[in-house]
Amino acid sequence: MDAIILQLFNGLEKGSAYALIALGLTLIFGTLGVVNFAHGALFMIGAFCAVTLSRIFQISFVTEDPTQTDFLGNPLQVETPYVEKWFGADAGAWMIDYSVPLSILLTIPVMLLVGYVMERGLIKHFYKRPHADQILVTFGLAIVLQEVVRYFYGANPIQTTSPSDYSGTVNIGAMFGMQIFYPVWRLVYFFFSAIVIGGVFAFLQFTTFGMVVRAGMADRETVGLLGIDIDKRFTLMFGIAASVAGLAGVMYAPILSPNYHMGMDFLVLSFVVVVVGGMGSLPGAVAAGFLLGILQSFASLNEVKAIIPGIDQIIIYVVAIVILLTRPRGLLGRRGVMEE
Amino acid sequence: MLGLNAKDSRFMLIVVALTLLTPFILNPFPADSALAQFNAGYPALMQRFAIYGLMAIGFNILFGLTGYLSFGHAAFLGVGSYASVWMFKLLSMNVIPALIAATLVSGVFALAIGYVSLRRSGIYFSILTLAFAEMCYRLAYSVLTPITNGETGLQITLSDPRILDGAPTGSSLPTPGFFGLKMNAAHTIDIAGWSFTFSVGYYFCAVIALIGFYLSLRIFRSPFGMMLRAVKSNQQRMNYTGLNSRPYTLAAFVISGMYAGLAGGLLAAMDPLAGAERMQWTASGEVVLMTIVGGVGTLMGPVLGAGFIKYCENIFSKINESVLHSWFSFLPDGIEDVVTWIFARFVGEGWHLTLGVMFMLIVTFLPGGLVEGGKRLAARRKKKGDVDAAKHPAE
Repeated sequence: MDAIILQLFNGLEKGSAYALIALGLTLIFGTLGVVNFAHGALFMIGAFCAVTLSRIFQISFVTEDPTQTDFLGNPLQVETPYVEKWFGADAGAWMIDYSVPLSILLTIPVMLLVGYVMERGLIKHFYKRPHADQILVTFGLAIVLQEVVRYFYGANPIQTTSPSDYSGTVNIGAMFGMQIFYPVWRLVYFFFSAIVIGGVFAFLQFTTFGMVVRAGMADRETVGLLGIDIDKRFTLMFGIAASVAGLAGVMYAPILSPNYHMGMDFLVLSFVVVVVGGMGSLPGAVAAGFLLGILQSFASLNEVKAIIPGIDQIIIYVVAIVILLTRPRGLLGRRGVMEE
Repeated sequence: MLGLNAKDSRFMLIVVALTLLTPFILNPFPADSALAQFNAGYPALMQRFAIYGLMAIGFNILFGLTGYLSFGHAAFLGVGSYASVWMFKLLSMNVIPALIAATLVSGVFALAIGYVSLRRSGIYFSILTLAFAEMCYRLAYSVLTPITNGETGLQITLSDPRILDGAPTGSSLPTPGFFGLKMNAAHTIDIAGWSFTFSVGYYFCAVIALIGFYLSLRIFRSPFGMMLRAVKSNQQRMNYTGLNSRPYTLAAFVISGMYAGLAGGLLAAMDPLAGAERMQWTASGEVVLMTIVGGVGTLMGPVLGAGFIKYCENIFSKINESVLHSWFSFLPDGIEDVVTWIFARFVGEGWHLTLGVMFMLIVTFLPGGLVEGGKRLAARRKKKGDVDAAKHPAE
């Protein structure tokens, strides 16, 4: 029982990452009709935003501290980060500690900019081209982004820490009278993704902008005929989708130390999630993300592995293949999206 | 000749000549000159040209003719490698049973995967093949360890049975051979500063690649190839005429899978080792890159693309900053550093960046790849020549 609850939580955390990435991917599918193989790279850039901000905060200068001396009596050299000098020692230490959540503030403008540049500079020219071309050019872009990141940050995974308040484990089984310890940061990730997903849905559902975008998803031409500059809105939607991917990455950094090829690793998974959920369906992507995350966690239970060896490695792909063959539109797919 | 028309025969003969003369063509610089690092005439690299060229030829039969973009072809490469290493372990170090096994096993694999994947088309097909390949990769790493030897990779050992070869003699590992010709045997000719290497392994791969090329030429020219092109241009219309296109696409998929398996078998024959990372989806991406860079749907394109990418991978990545410094030493100091810095980002470790940028440019501006680029250049020159002739009629 303990193991099952633990795996359920594991699944929720995994699933929230999948759901967030797939949500961004689906936004791009649904609005622009573009198959974006560079989406994993956007996720990776998000994660590296966290790395960047924590490095910026840790830029420091060296002073001599007269209160501390080595055994010869000389004052010790101490490094003081600039943020501690500018904002005071306590606030500075807090900022360094909380650099991952704070980097959300950096991620959003960066990702909006990246998304904007990507859409205006590249994707725009590929609306009328076949999907194969879109896959290919974004695949090339993914390689380029990956190499740029590797140049600046090196090939090794970079350890990123969550704030110390959220770094331990918590007993999640307390209310059931059980002892189940679970890392706090993963819970935070789950709630964070729930907020982001809710935010995106609320934005699309309750704002005029979102309404126009939804109308554009359904029938782009008619919306254009109404005199609305739908292209501009879709460009912004691309930026938002990129930001969602970036946010998925930035908070994931402490869970999985960012490395330059993490984008490619998550890309396949996110496509599988989108396909299972149904291309172009936002609720489908979220539902499929959680479903696959939970399925994957349960498949890694020893009892399950004893029955079907290796199932934890392939469950996601098996589900994807079965879904694609039995329900080509996926779980909640809309009619007519990507169906030529 | 051989069922080809005059034009194709000429083309085929040129390809044969180019292939056989590769050791000369790829060694244009004397061995001790400064440009010797651009020489690609060493066996390990020439073999890769032939092997990946073969794989790209096969991939082109599927993608170039039918338009089905598979992102899982590395799985067949891996399966072929495993099959042929197993043949080396069980039967004999002769490459023939190994290659036959590689082709057949990957053909069966391709039949199974293609039968399922081809139910969907477009992006769904790409994702399905991707999912299958990723599944094979994961399984090769985990549960199938008894067959694939997991992370370590499958290798030949002295204690392997090798039924046909008999008990192993000596303490060194045997090398794969073709009826006594060792694959790693090579002969070097030195002519006035140039040194040309002729290796058994390369010529073996080259002959097989030539056979593969001939077969693909025949497929391109056959009614079957015509049918595949029809599927690419409008599958729906094909279906409405009452024609079931599935057997055709499935056949194309299996053929291209067998090409990939054969290439995997050859990889193992040159170096009897098979690892799971050959099956990863980024490896499938590589063959897609090759085909696109060279030119999809053209006969020679995929081979050119494979050669081009493998050449860059091996030669560009050797150029480091000190080499660049020596190149640009004629420039003033400050400028030299800047120029070196810029170039260094695109060579050596950064050559992947070059590949990505080049690939994007090709997809965007030159959908026909290198072949199309060559044609355009030729056309422009011809046009210019005509203009010149018109301007100076007397000359």
